[in-house]
Amino acid sequence: MSYQKSYEEINEKIRKGEAVVVTAEEVIDIVEEKGYTQAAREIDVVTTGTFGPMCSSGAFINFGHSNPRIKMKKVWLNGVEAYTGIAAVDVYIGAGQLPESDPENKVYPGRFTYGGGHVIQDLVARKEIRLEAIAYGTDCYPNRTLETIITLDDVNEAFMFNPRNAYQNYNCAVNLGDRPLYTYMGILRPKLGNAAYSTSGQLSPLLNDPHYKTIGIGTRIFLGGGIGYVAWNGTQHHPNVLRGENGVPQTPAGTLSVIGDLKQMDPNWLVGLSYAGYGATMAIGIGIPIPILDEEILHYTAVKDEDIYCPIVDFFEGYPYKKDIDLGFANFKELKSGKITINGKQVVTTPQSSYPRARKIAATLKEWIKAGKFEISQPVQMLPGADSNIDFKSIPDRHPANGVIFNSRMGGNKYEK
Amino acid sequence: MKNRIVLYFSAAQSEQPIIYQLVKEYDLVVNILKANINPQKEGLMVMELTGEKDNYDSGIEYLSSLGIACEPLSETVMWNEALCIQCGACTSFCPTEALAMDRETMEVSFDNSKCVVCGMCLECCPTRAIILHFDIKEAV
Repeated sequence: MSYQKSYEEINEKIRKGEAVVVTAEEVIDIVEEKGYTQAAREIDVVTTGTFGPMCSSGAFINFGHSNPRIKMKKVWLNGVEAYTGIAAVDVYIGAGQLPESDPENKVYPGRFTYGGGHVIQDLVARKEIRLEAIAYGTDCYPNRTLETIITLDDVNEAFMFNPRNAYQNYNCAVNLGDRPLYTYMGILRPKLGNAAYSTSGQLSPLLNDPHYKTIGIGTRIFLGGGIGYVAWNGTQHHPNVLRGENGVPQTPAGTLSVIGDLKQMDPNWLVGLSYAGYGATMAIGIGIPIPILDEEILHYTAVKDEDIYCPIVDFFEGYPYKKDIDLGFANFKELKSGKITINGKQVVTTPQSSYPRARKIAATLKEWIKAGKFEISQPVQMLPGADSNIDFKSIPDRHPANGVIFNSRMGGNKYEK
Repeated sequence: MKNRIVLYFSAAQSEQPIIYQLVKEYDLVVNILKANINPQKEGLMVMELTGEKDNYDSGIEYLSSLGIACEPLSETVMWNEALCIQCGACTSFCPTEALAMDRETMEVSFDNSKCVVCGMCLECCPTRAIILHFDIKEAV
């Protein structure tokens, strides 16, 4: 019978300041030195971390009311539109939103200097933000225009709520074409000029708990420099994919939806990004503690970069047009060395996710737990796992009847190949 | 020949139609990259000057004869460490390893002496932590 620990036992040790906490990097050496059985008895928590672009992120804000009151129809924060199809002064600002004045890709590649992610970073940095709103006016909400300056301290609530973060593994992107590509994986030089990858590998949260045995709904996490929670599985959560013998998915798989109070976050861990030719987004810092409940969980946390594989995907035709082009797999040890071999050719690797920052998140979370400031939490519900039968869907290609126009902006722009 | 130069004007010199003279009298192609000139104030102009060598030299001589200081433009790449998130994307585009990554720590560093100002790093940096800096003295 193998040794087991409960969440409560571990929290008791955290409260007493006696918990043994190590990072997902440190655990590798400890296991090699002491073996799994001994290490599982000694270690209480393994901390993980990741810091990279996560477009599916944003924040809900309630501004409080103006006098007279307003039911906002359109809202802009520093010129970046926030979604208002909810209550009168509630909005959602998305990381990828651009100002209407942005030239986009009209001069290719566009620069996308400022977007929703930058607004969120500026808010968290307590910078002054221009708030503009228009409304049609009602008896209860007569105000029709609003123009003012706010800071994060002026709003009632502001909480980050990200539909899809912390992707469990991700594609390595290359370009088989003959022109440079400007993508969400950065610039891809033609003819296999570079290979872009984006995860923190052996430090990444879901790669250390590949079967979601401890990370579930309600798990308390490091989010954007503060404390947040796993709210749900993320969008595109697709756990039933190809996995290695160690249980680690070999393609993009699980995802997390996370939530947390923006007012206690830190602009160093929520950073607006500009991807040339692609758009604006933001880097999010996430760290998740993994309680070592038993030896099996420790096994997972001791995963090494060389045991984590991701598919190499062409972004010239393969990805955008869903063409099956087999370029094999790369492991993260090779990717992090700076060069991989594809089709016999040496290709330099371009990281998108910051490994030093991921390391710092895991170390910070470790310090919080050791200091008794951060307790681990048992999930209230587990995420759909590898044995689930999730169908990864695409948009159906159907042809609505002509006549009723739902959206005046449509028409004539449909892409024909 | 073609050169990028910085011209420094005193308040009196900024009244002179020097561009007109460079084009008309010395047959030079003038491409103004940056200018900060106001009447009765000192100012500067960054320009690319193209023409036959003799004309070019005479043009520069003309400018010097007016007391306008001409200096070659030095462009430098600046790495703002405070904005850098240490992703390392730039290091895979840098041809001279001026921007380099320590493979142990995965941290980015910048060695200005190795930089050839090719500009490859400028557009791949997602936080725009790398900028091109025109090295211009404070107005004389």
